[in-house]
Amino acid sequence: MNKFIRVNMSSGEIEIQAVPNQYIGLGGRALTSSFVNDEVKPTCHPLGKNNKLIFAPGLLSGTSAPNSGRLSVGAKSPLTGTIKECNTGGVFSQQMAKMGIKALVIEGMPEDDKFYVIKVSMDNVAIEEAPVEILGGCGNYDAIAFLTEKHGKNVGIAIVGPAGEHRLPSANISFKDPEGNIRSAGRGGLGAVMGSKKVKAVILDDTGAGTVPIAEPEKFRAAAKVFANALLSHPVSGQGLAAYGTDVLVNILNEAGGLPSYNFTQGRIDHNDIISGETMNATITERGGDGKVSHGCHRGCIIKCSQWYPDKQGKYITSGFEYETIWALGADAGIKNLDLIAYADRAMDDIGVDSIEVSVAVATAMEGGLLPWGDGEAALDAIKQIAVPTPLGRILGGGCAVVGKVCGLYRTPVVKDQAIPAYDPRSVKGIGLTYATTPMGADHTAGYCVSGNILKVGGDLDPLKKDGQIEYARSMQIGTAAVDSTGMCLFVYFGIADSPEGYQALIDMINAQYGLSLTSGDVDKLGESVLKVERDFNKRAGFTNAHDRLPEFFEYEALPPHNQVWDFTPEEIDEVYNF
Amino acid sequence: MKIKVKLFATLREKREKEMDLEIHETTTPGDILDLLGIPQSEVAIIMINGRHSKLNASLTENDTLAFFPAVGGG
Ligand code: SF4
Repeated sequence: MNKFIRVNMSSGEIEIQAVPNQYIGLGGRALTSSFVNDEVKPTCHPLGKNNKLIFAPGLLSGTSAPNSGRLSVGAKSPLTGTIKECNTGGVFSQQMAKMGIKALVIEGMPEDDKFYVIKVSMDNVAIEEAPVEILGGCGNYDAIAFLTEKHGKNVGIAIVGPAGEHRLPSANISFKDPEGNIRSAGRGGLGAVMGSKKVKAVILDDTGAGTVPIAEPEKFRAAAKVFANALLSHPVSGQGLAAYGTDVLVNILNEAGGLPSYNFTQGRIDHNDIISGETMNATITERGGDGKVSHGCHRGCIIKCSQWYPDKQGKYITSGFEYETIWALGADAGIKNLDLIAYADRAMDDIGVDSIEVSVAVATAMEGGLLPWGDGEAALDAIKQIAVPTPLGRILGGGCAVVGKVCGLYRTPVVKDQAIPAYDPRSVKGIGLTYATTPMGADHTAGYCVSGNILKVGGDLDPLKKDGQIEYARSMQIGTAAVDSTGMCLFVYFGIADSPEGYQALIDMINAQYGLSLTSGDVDKLGESVLKVERDFNKRAGFTNAHDRLPEFFEYEALPPHNQVWDFTPEEIDEVYNF
Repeated sequence: MKIKVKLFATLREKREKEMDLEIHETTTPGDILDLLGIPQSEVAIIMINGRHSKLNASLTENDTLAFFPAVGGG
């Protein structure tokens, strides 16, 4: 990957440079976060000309390494005001890598009010006016179909929906998956950044692209085989995720009393089986038609946690139907209907909003009296209003923190204005430390302590006790920052957490590709350095330790059934980043 | 004494997902797996009343005992 592409939307200039020295050894999150910290003014307005949006494949993307096709997208977040790295599937990452593109940067912003499409091919990068057909309320499904028809079946597409055009803080960037459906760089409003730069879509045409060079192909193949075996032989990454998707978590979090429900007032519900992974699996199987129990979000995924969820007639409704979305609408908002939740998921993908942020905002809006509790039809209608956007649509699209403020709520589940997802920090204490301290704002994927607390993979900690959680949250965040830099899907963690050979194989693949001799110590250092860079940006943007706190209500409101409160002291929380 | 047993994910295949059982005071979660014909190797997580537990834990009247295979997500 030897090309570093900069598209300046102020001047229309396009530069295709050699990769700057300091970025040669970096990929994915390490690259996007270093770049944002180097070049984005930390105090800039996220929607102004000084913010920059960067797309970067991971170190292993484009190779035959299983599950290596994840992409990192970085910028300053309009939702949190912090640095942001968003990770997504789809075909983009592998295509960028095969085209030799280390990173694509979009900077500046045009003075006129038109939207543009950036088209990147092997020998050219061009800025074109966006076709009117995909603007002004056109959903992502239709827009992707239109652009595919126009530019060819195999192009990669990154696109913002109506929410991105309107620069709403929950707007995501959607990516075409192998079948022309949608994966999203969801959290933190990066779609609003792209929309502010008047870029409706980026098209990648990889015609003529070669393969990714591998320094030591034999070694690479051998390591990839060991790695694939580790993934396939673990019951979670080998079978569980494919069968039930991530939604299998509904029942275990519910049983453990850690499923935040009715805007974080209960830790357990009775209607869990209406929205569980077991029910999703049975429904997809029974309905048949377009339904698929398991599906990969990019070629080369062997874990396949995604699925196609069909309607009663067997027609496709949505894919990538994740636990966090189902939890937020099903438990936190109390909508007892998996089909309605599926339609809401589709609508959010189509409008281009983060389905975690907006779904939690829906639950908060119910608490605030904007919507009736548990009313799926009303929620779906309100979500669709984000595309217009009506005032209610704008409020929901503003995210959970905005809804909480507008409704005058005390109980607003956010950290750094990003909605807290599906695991209650009072009864899954480790994950609370990640929410509080990650530079991303509340984000379970930044250090998935649920694993050792509840799932007992890669650790065994009592979820109701503080013992060991600080060290655990630290090491999970460091490890995750490293994995996010490789292009690997985070779910490889389940395969390698308890398999030293699997973990070593991951490092061996990087070494074989680049002719390096990294050790696991180097990988930890990479993770630490990524987090330090991100913290540095946040500090210069005005964030202090005082922002690394959970909302106060967690300290005062005990969560049934275990009746626990959040009891880490500020000093203890600050220990997480003591490295 | 009476307890409630819940099964999840693959453990539900060809079994009831929830049942009330009459057991002796000395019965352990391991014994109940034997009774239900579930190999211990298929069970990764045991919870009693929402708290992680072990195969040889003791049970009391009205406990809810839950068995899970290895599950994950995120
Ligand atoms: S396991 Fe799921 S998220 Fe990961 S690469 Fe496969 S489909 Fe995508």
